[in-house]
Amino acid sequence: MSLTKTILSRAAGALLGGALALGAAAAASAADDTIKIGILHSLSGTMAISETTLKDVMLMLIDEQNKKGGVLGKKLEAVVVDPASNWPLFAEKAKELIAKDKVSAVFGCWTSVSRKSVLPVFKELDSILFYPVQYEGEESERNVFYTGAAPNQQAIPAVDYLMSPEGGSVKRWVLEGTDYVYPRTTNKILEAYLKLKGVPASDIMINYTPFGFSDWQTEVSKIKAFGSAGKKTAVVSTINGDANVPFYKELGNAGIKATDIPVVAFSVGEEELAGLDTKPLVGHLAAWNYFESIDAPANKAFIDAWHTFTKKPNRTTNDPMEAHVIGFNMWVKAVEKAQSFAPDKVIDAMIGVAVPNLTGGLSTMMPNHHITKPVYIGEIQADGQLNAVWQTPGTLVAQEWSPYLEGSRDLIADWRKPMSCGNFNVKTGKCGG
Amino acid sequence: MPHRARLLLIVRRGALALATSLLITLSGLMASGAARADALDDTLARFLADKFPESEQAIGELAAEAPPQAAAILEAMSENRLLFDPADRIVAYRNASGAVLNARTGETIADASGFRKVRVNNALRRAIEGATGSLTLAGSDPEKRIAAAEDVFKSRDAKAAPALKAQLARESDARAATALKLALAAIVAASDEASAADRLSAIETLRGRGDQDAENLIDAIDEKTADPEVKAAADSALASIRTRLMFWGAAQDLWYGLSASSVLLLAAIGLAITFGVMGVINMAHGEMVMLGAYATYVVQLLLPPSLQSWSLAFAIPLAFIVAALVGVAIERLVIRYLYSRPLETLLATWGVSLILQQAVRSLFGANNRQVTNPPFMSGSVHVGGLDITANRFWIIVLAIVVFVALQLVLRATSFGLQMRAVTQNRRMAAAMGISTAKIDMLAFALGSGVAGVAGVALSQIDNVSPNLGQGYIIDSFMVVVFGGVGNLWGTALGALMIGVANKILEPVIGAVQGQIVLLVVIILFIQRRPRGMFALKGRAVEA
Amino acid sequence: MSPQLDRIGLVFVVLLALAAVVVPVLALATPADSPFNIPPYLVQLLGKYLCYAILAVALDLVWGYCGILSLGHGAFFALGGYAMGMYLMRQIGTRGVYANPILPDFMVFLNWKALPVAWWGFDSFPYAMLMVALVPGLLALAFGWFAFRSRVTGVYLSIITQAMTFALFKEFFRNDFGFGGNNGLTDFKDLLGFPLQSSAAKAALFSASAIALILAYGAARLIIGSKYGKALTAVRDAESRMRFLGYRVENLKLFAFVVSAVMAGIAGALYVPQVGIINPSEFAPANSIEAAIWVAVGGRGTLVGAAIGAISVNFAKTWFTGAFPEFWLYGLGALFVLVTLFLPKGLLGLLLRPRRERAPTPETPALAIEEGADP
Repeated sequence: MSLTKTILSRAAGALLGGALALGAAAAASAADDTIKIGILHSLSGTMAISETTLKDVMLMLIDEQNKKGGVLGKKLEAVVVDPASNWPLFAEKAKELIAKDKVSAVFGCWTSVSRKSVLPVFKELDSILFYPVQYEGEESERNVFYTGAAPNQQAIPAVDYLMSPEGGSVKRWVLEGTDYVYPRTTNKILEAYLKLKGVPASDIMINYTPFGFSDWQTEVSKIKAFGSAGKKTAVVSTINGDANVPFYKELGNAGIKATDIPVVAFSVGEEELAGLDTKPLVGHLAAWNYFESIDAPANKAFIDAWHTFTKKPNRTTNDPMEAHVIGFNMWVKAVEKAQSFAPDKVIDAMIGVAVPNLTGGLSTMMPNHHITKPVYIGEIQADGQLNAVWQTPGTLVAQEWSPYLEGSRDLIADWRKPMSCGNFNVKTGKCGG
Repeated sequence: MPHRARLLLIVRRGALALATSLLITLSGLMASGAARADALDDTLARFLADKFPESEQAIGELAAEAPPQAAAILEAMSENRLLFDPADRIVAYRNASGAVLNARTGETIADASGFRKVRVNNALRRAIEGATGSLTLAGSDPEKRIAAAEDVFKSRDAKAAPALKAQLARESDARAATALKLALAAIVAASDEASAADRLSAIETLRGRGDQDAENLIDAIDEKTADPEVKAAADSALASIRTRLMFWGAAQDLWYGLSASSVLLLAAIGLAITFGVMGVINMAHGEMVMLGAYATYVVQLLLPPSLQSWSLAFAIPLAFIVAALVGVAIERLVIRYLYSRPLETLLATWGVSLILQQAVRSLFGANNRQVTNPPFMSGSVHVGGLDITANRFWIIVLAIVVFVALQLVLRATSFGLQMRAVTQNRRMAAAMGISTAKIDMLAFALGSGVAGVAGVALSQIDNVSPNLGQGYIIDSFMVVVFGGVGNLWGTALGALMIGVANKILEPVIGAVQGQIVLLVVIILFIQRRPRGMFALKGRAVEA
Repeated sequence: MSPQLDRIGLVFVVLLALAAVVVPVLALATPADSPFNIPPYLVQLLGKYLCYAILAVALDLVWGYCGILSLGHGAFFALGGYAMGMYLMRQIGTRGVYANPILPDFMVFLNWKALPVAWWGFDSFPYAMLMVALVPGLLALAFGWFAFRSRVTGVYLSIITQAMTFALFKEFFRNDFGFGGNNGLTDFKDLLGFPLQSSAAKAALFSASAIALILAYGAARLIIGSKYGKALTAVRDAESRMRFLGYRVENLKLFAFVVSAVMAGIAGALYVPQVGIINPSEFAPANSIEAAIWVAVGGRGTLVGAAIGAISVNFAKTWFTGAFPEFWLYGLGALFVLVTLFLPKGLLGLLLRPRRERAPTPETPALAIEEGADP
């Protein structure tokens, strides 16, 4: 009963608060000196687990920018909507943000399908989307800035590391993924890359499981059997969100230690590890462009600000958050460079903008609308953190069109004039495939 | 006198010589001690660099020199407790109780603020495993010796062979001896120039082990040798191992199936009660499971560390009570108004489930919460060729206990009797003076409470997130409908069949396809037998 | 159907017909800054509501008049949507990012060499439209034939229809199934040669949706008003008696179920070009449950009510997710609970018999399972 009461009172409070917020928003929008920023992240449904944090970090960044006096003398105002992990709703909300709320830029999306869903909207209404998550590549659009990693900024360095003596000279590979486009494409790229490196097909096992898969017993035993062939084996995991916790729990209990069969994951960060007891998982790996544990002044300042803003001293930070930090700072810089909030001008001004990332380097927006990033390989620690054990010497430029895939080998993207093309075919010399 | 004096002189000289020789020995001893100390200092100094190659070399040196503190240092390092102070150039480690000890002298260091952790990666962890292996191979604890031999078995490090042989010669523990032999066999299998006799005995030893590793090692021997006798022995051993593996593989799949069934049963059995007794579809059932999982989280959050290993003993009753109370609230506030409209109950409870999910999201956040496995539910044991993970094992036990307890409640209590009466013929039961409204409420509390207990189990293997319940609700319906409503045995058998079928199909056609095939089979089955496997017979249906 | 309800129906149809004309005019002929202008995004949004309304009318036909609570109608809707999506994909032609004239983009980067058989013929609009009706219709026919002959009713039927859409949901998620996996089909360019991004196309699609809704309502109304419809309602109220009277109950139900599925398919086909994406989440059991809730909110067994319910719930959702992003689920959940508790006849019930609201009284649970068979 008491819980019901709590819920009811909270709900009532929420509705009241929401109404007040709405009133406040209406009052604020009446003033002309605010510039709106759209935040398009799921706050309910299956993706809320990952995306809620990104909404919070955007609110913090906007808040900080306003304290610094805003941009071009105007205050920024966040417009938060909930696309509820529902892909058509993403498109609808994107339209609403751009056409009705007239936002200057949108920060949002997590899954590829949500990005694909809003893409036509951004093209049609000519606005800007900052997409902060590592993805499968094979895309470059004028209206989208990809601040997450392309496969060559995450997957390939991870495999390189595992192949090196330091990483254990791995000879046999399990590519384990959730059955959707990101794992499929990444695994296609990795398979081609491994074969190029002389790994025979018999030493590569590719396996897919459904979304939200929770009974990993059979799959883990398959991995164990594949790994007992005498050659050093590693698992490259593109397992998505929800399925990771049961996977790692099974892995830990089945006694697969990182020293026997290391698992390197591309979708598991500090946020996901917070939901796990990591003691049995020490040494398993993750490849990202940012770790919370990286010892850099910018990172420390960011983490402190984050803890103050959320009033939770234990709240973790992760890679997509850093991507939003970089994306937001780039947007501010580009606006200042263009002296305008008009998307057209900002889009042109974005290329070449460089801002410090949180790990002590500099990230630059390249003509392909992707950014340069350092790559870190980290090992899971008993406290749920990832400790970098390897990093690229500098930053890498994204290969949005993978040279390891037949269809995209000849494509390049360059949004500078006069080319202004996201899929220029160097063979045919034509824009458009 | 001269004689005496001479004697004296001799004595004196002797004494001098003795003293000298003593002195020399002593100083020599001291010198060698100093040399050893220097070597240890040099070794420890390597950690100061905090570079992986340096650290790896240091581990090798510790293993080779085997100073008394080596084992402690290596253990600390593997657990990330090895520290160094770059300014004062001191290496230290934190012991289990949290005190920081100087690695060189063993003295306690009061102020460890300047110390940083020595970084470790997998390559180092492997090196530490190898080094501890050779250090503990001659130890007094047979368990440690077995673990050390297992490490060698995995690393196939030929350098360990002499130590293995020496230990084998004086080994008294039978299990340790087997482990040592296996480790030696693995080294032989990996070597290119082992003799035929060695290979034959290795094959024999490995055949006894009879698992996947053994198969691969014998395969390796088979490939390397040209000797027909060895080849024949290898082939026969391989054939026997493969038969054995096939048998155990099938048994393993059955076990996985059993485990999957236990999860399904736990998730569905509460639904079987509410659905069976009241014919009410409670779409918020999954959220009861989710609340149980969050109850486990809260218990682990609030319990002091000393009681952590008992967390589930607190979590199970709490989860039951929380879910039962929420269940009663839903029944009182919503469902009882809708008994004559069961299909609409479905819609209303769907609304309730949305509210509960969002409530948990608002209270606890959208992220996964961390629920740890207590020690007795961690790790796995090998029984024959079976790998049995502890958490799955205890979930099966829990499922059986819950099932038996529910049967007892239904069969041996008057509440159970009344509940069965209401299930079978509500009007007649009411006519006999049973307060059906009360029974409904209690049945709903029981069903929801059991769902809460299921949540405790699921928190051990799955995400603890607001979406937890959604993942199980449809499967639960399938189990209940497939098994037949109003019969817990039907639910149990339904869960068992679906779970086992799922795990048998999974290796054959893949996880995704397996689930789809099963759904289609269930749909077809229900179309053949609309009331499930164990349909209630008699008046309950006809009325 | 009561005359009062028919009057409301007529008003609704007239309003829709008016909207089908006025909305495009206001959207296209007025300047963007005019207060009468309807921006293109709003036209699309309204068009989307109308598609949902068609789905709701289809569901109400089987639930309200035949007692079949299908929790799988989202599947028919999505199948119609996929058929349309496949046609739109084929229309992209060489404008895809890889400029492959035959293969859609997702097939190119997954390295497929040839078009799967299921995709053949979808470059032809008439064929695609045939499939929009045929695929959901045939699925409903096969499913209903088995289910109704075996007398699966009530709650059981609801659960297996849910299992059906759940199975399809999982199947369409698989990349190997050949329909784009999780990402589904997107980035459509044009329909019958008209670019979808143009305001004219959006207005035309809106009008088409409004006309389709009128037709769906008209068809359902005709069915219900006919002799067959009376028999259908009788099946809802007393299935066994109808059977004893010699009616082939399963055939009566099957016809309604198939017609309803085809309507849902058409709704899906109109929906896809307006939202710009079709992917497996449309098969999610939650979507079908939501559709049932629209019907309940509007008023079951009224047709018009179903349409009104779909439009109003979705409007509320649009507004809530924007205005109260963190809390809208409470509102939606509460709406479902309150409507089922206090408005058993839905919003339209308020309109039909305006009387004082009463607190619900506990009803005696009577033979719930059997009642489930004949609610």
